Amino acid sequence: MKLILVKLHQLNSRKNKLKFSVTVTLKKDVLDPQGKVVQQTLQNMGMKTLKGLRQGKYFEIDIEEKEEITAKKKIEEMCKKLLINLIIEDYKINKI
Amino acid sequence: MNSSVIVFPGSNCDRDIANALERFQFKNKMVWHKETTLPKSDIIVIPGGFSYGDYLRSGAIAAKSNILNEVIKAANSGCLVLGICNGFQILIETGLLKGTLLRNKKLKFLSKDTHVKIINNNNKFCKNYQTNSVIKLNIAHNEGNYFTSASHLEELKSKDLIAFKYCDDKGNLNDESNPNGSIDNIAGILNEKKNILGMMPHPERMVDKLISSDDGANLFLSILN
Repeated sequence: MKLILVKLHQLNSRKNKLKFSVTVTLKKDVLDPQGKVVQQTLQNMGMKTLKGLRQGKYFEIDIEEKEEITAKKKIEEMCKKLLINLIIEDYKINKI
Repeated sequence: MNSSVIVFPGSNCDRDIANALERFQFKNKMVWHKETTLPKSDIIVIPGGFSYGDYLRSGAIAAKSNILNEVIKAANSGCLVLGICNGFQILIETGLLKGTLLRNKKLKFLSKDTHVKIINNNNKFCKNYQTNSVIKLNIAHNEGNYFTSASHLEELKSKDLIAFKYCDDKGNLNDESNPNGSIDNIAGILNEKKNILGMMPHPERMVDKLISSDDGANLFLSILN
């Protein structure tokens, strides 16, 4: 009985766990010197069809929430309060 | 005058600034970032360095530390706050100063002496300098490329909130005299109330003629007056 309860608990907590990704990109008008260097290097390596490259950041976030909407709201808050510099960066949240 | 220097894991200019402050007879206290109260201070200095190893963005983690809540409260009630280098980055991340500091335009860590022009001296940090005078200060940073919106730049100009600009030895402001690509050669800015100064160059490294120069001394003397 105890074992079943433990299993049930594990199952429930797994159910409540949601995973999201946050992709951070520099805004269009912001200069990206790192991306530029990477692009130039690839072009020098012979990738002639390469016409543009921008470097960004990627976060994977586990969150214990039942509702996807609430979880997304929380992630949004994390982005605005710490993860993103809203002056120069854009971000996209995706459920994974 | 009482001063407080905030210390984070990774700060490396904290002893330099403490030494400079004590040289000018400030009664200085070092404050660890985990503290939740500030000692009585007339000026709070956030020193240079690499707080939290520059993780996420330079200054981003330090800006959320315990003591910064107190610094923000003190700043909003008019206490003088000086952020140098990483300190400037931290002030930007707290929102006390507007704009942002990007990676240096040429992607190199810069560690050298550079000339700086005093653009406005009608504030508590610069009044001992003459407007348009040129001084030599040291810079040492990777993210010092100041950037802000066109409307905020206009505000900085019209309200005399630009304290310093990068220039050459003759005071010329152009691309060649701009080491990191900062918009309009900006090296240091004030908030609207002019009680907060953020600057990339290090005045604390230029307070002793014997080992460098004393071009930074007037900043401390201005605060004392």
